[in-house]
Amino acid sequence: MAKSKTIKVDYLARVEGEGALHIRYDDSGVHDVKLKIFEPPRFFEAFMRGRDYLEAPDITARICGICPVAYQMSALHAMEHALGLVPTPELRALRRLIYCGEWIESHVLHIYMLHAPDFLGYDSAVAMAKDHPKIVQDGLQIKKAGNALVRLLGGREVHPINVRVGGFYRVPGTTELETLREQLQQARALAEDTVRWTASLPFPQFERADGDQYEFVALSHPDEYPMNEGRIVSTQGLNIDAQEYEQYFREEHVEYSNALHSVLEQRGAYMVGPMARYNLNFDRLAPRVQRLAEEIGFPPFCANPFQSIVVRSLEVLHAFDEALRIIDDYRPPSEPFVSGTIRAATGCAATEAPRGLLYHRYSVDDAGKITAARIVPPTSQNQKTIEEDLRLMLPQFMHLPEARLRARCEQAIRNYDPCISCSTHFLQLHLQRGAGALG
Amino acid sequence: MSNTQGKPKLAVWKFASCDGCQLSLLDCEDELLQLADSIDIAYFMEASSRQVEGPYDLSLVEGSITTADDERRIRAVRDQSRALVTIGACATAGGIQALRNFADVEEFTAVVYAHPEYIATLKTSTAISAHVPVDFELQGCPVNKRQLLEVISAFLHRRPPQVPPHSVCIECKLRGNVCVWVAHGTPCLGPVTHAGCGAICPSYNRGCYGCYGPKENPNTASLCHWWREELGADQATLIENLRNFNAAAPPFERESRRQEQRDGEE
Repeated sequence: MAKSKTIKVDYLARVEGEGALHIRYDDSGVHDVKLKIFEPPRFFEAFMRGRDYLEAPDITARICGICPVAYQMSALHAMEHALGLVPTPELRALRRLIYCGEWIESHVLHIYMLHAPDFLGYDSAVAMAKDHPKIVQDGLQIKKAGNALVRLLGGREVHPINVRVGGFYRVPGTTELETLREQLQQARALAEDTVRWTASLPFPQFERADGDQYEFVALSHPDEYPMNEGRIVSTQGLNIDAQEYEQYFREEHVEYSNALHSVLEQRGAYMVGPMARYNLNFDRLAPRVQRLAEEIGFPPFCANPFQSIVVRSLEVLHAFDEALRIIDDYRPPSEPFVSGTIRAATGCAATEAPRGLLYHRYSVDDAGKITAARIVPPTSQNQKTIEEDLRLMLPQFMHLPEARLRARCEQAIRNYDPCISCSTHFLQLHLQRGAGALG
Repeated sequence: MSNTQGKPKLAVWKFASCDGCQLSLLDCEDELLQLADSIDIAYFMEASSRQVEGPYDLSLVEGSITTADDERRIRAVRDQSRALVTIGACATAGGIQALRNFADVEEFTAVVYAHPEYIATLKTSTAISAHVPVDFELQGCPVNKRQLLEVISAFLHRRPPQVPPHSVCIECKLRGNVCVWVAHGTPCLGPVTHAGCGAICPSYNRGCYGCYGPKENPNTASLCHWWREELGADQATLIENLRNFNAAAPPFERESRRQEQRDGEE
């Protein structure tokens, strides 16, 4: 009988939050893959009940310190859907602008500090900086520009205070936005270098066979690369409104994880995030971004998850072009926010967090107090796909020495930039070689 | 590998939290590489897969204690740390997840999870200081990255950190803001809230919502009186504001419970 082996990683590094991996396999195949989330639950959906509707963006921001704007955006849109509020086009543009800042800050953190060290064999960006100082310093400067954008519009980088149901508490003047232009333009040039650099990294070759291919799920909007709005579409023909989300997607609670697993009814696992957005919306990327992808020979449909780092860098470049366009066209809104009558209602919305689709639903009573809340973060949606990736790619990498195999598995998880604090109501890596019980 | 000999060792630990406070360290884009030159970042799971064993000269702790395992883990962290500094509202006051302290955690689990029996959690979310001695608490949800650098620098040079304990009102005056309460009648927690954010909410035309927690000796009873009498704030608004990101900070918890009882008497 073939000897059973285990790969175990008790505490995944360079991901946001606390997770572990446990894989059991032998020469005949992979028998068990568990991505365990041991991040303790914080019960946001429970303690939101009874809170004021205006608090939803401030409270849900605290689900994640890396993508607070995403939580604020989904919360706002869901509340506005419930209350029938429609922010003006000027307010909508400012929301896209702060979201651009977060995409830049979050993606660049992941590209340079969490993921790139895997490709070049370092344990951190700080260690990588000893041999590649310019690369790391450039990364930090790009990230800084993203943060400057969030700080100007939101008041601070982490947990911004300026977004409000209906709009903002205060909107910037034209000259305030102008002060950012030079920094954004310089960082944009570095972001273009980032695309060329990430595209030159050594990628493990992995593509799923026919029959195992990903179903990519993302928002799609007729006129723009998706961020705040659009229909939920997939590469298998799904095309629904956010209001129909819960009819098509279901969360399962598995024993080994504090994160719920999200599946598509009758179809199972799917992928959200940069690759899904890119594959479903390539033609709506900024023209200069499409041209650069073509110039470096990067295809408009990316199926190798290890290349998600290139897709992220293309999205960073897009976010700079979009931010500069919004600043060029900026006209200050006449009012910082729109308001309306509070009424008992239920509303939902999905927006594109840096890591993928983020769904919120709230019910409020006639005093504006929340009576029910439901939040489905991107990482819970990707969790099952991450496990499937590991199961499918392991046979191909089994010849590697144990330490490199474990590192490859960790890298495969980081392809998804998992955000574990988000998904708890959400991760732990154990690769198992040799007999022994699962821990 | 860089030469780490003789450099002080820094560790960053995470308990129940959003990662925002440790992210503040990575958000020091201009200082991070210089910082990494002068100290050995020996344990920082969010940023590095390198794990150097203790003891550590300085441990920064983010997050609150919400599980029995974490109750044990924080003691092990304390044992390996010459100095231990908590960063943020979770580690310092229990965080937003301490709202469970005012409710029934079993009911909470049932609301979020289909199989509550899979979930191991304590009935309360508590500050690190409830479990082990803490050398300094840096408040804020999230912490201010300038103050974080100051605290690291102070501990490594064995001097007291310069973190003023006064209220947000002082920062507002220093910024030259018009008072949102006096001029616009906007309820504001500034008078009882610890400085450090730079008075950003009033600078963006909204009242402070207390995310930096209580200042030194806050007069919360008087604040509540004026909110009621002058601004017409109702009980729900008062309690919501005292009971958010620092709900279990003792001065805020005492006051929110007093306000609850007060309305029961009326």
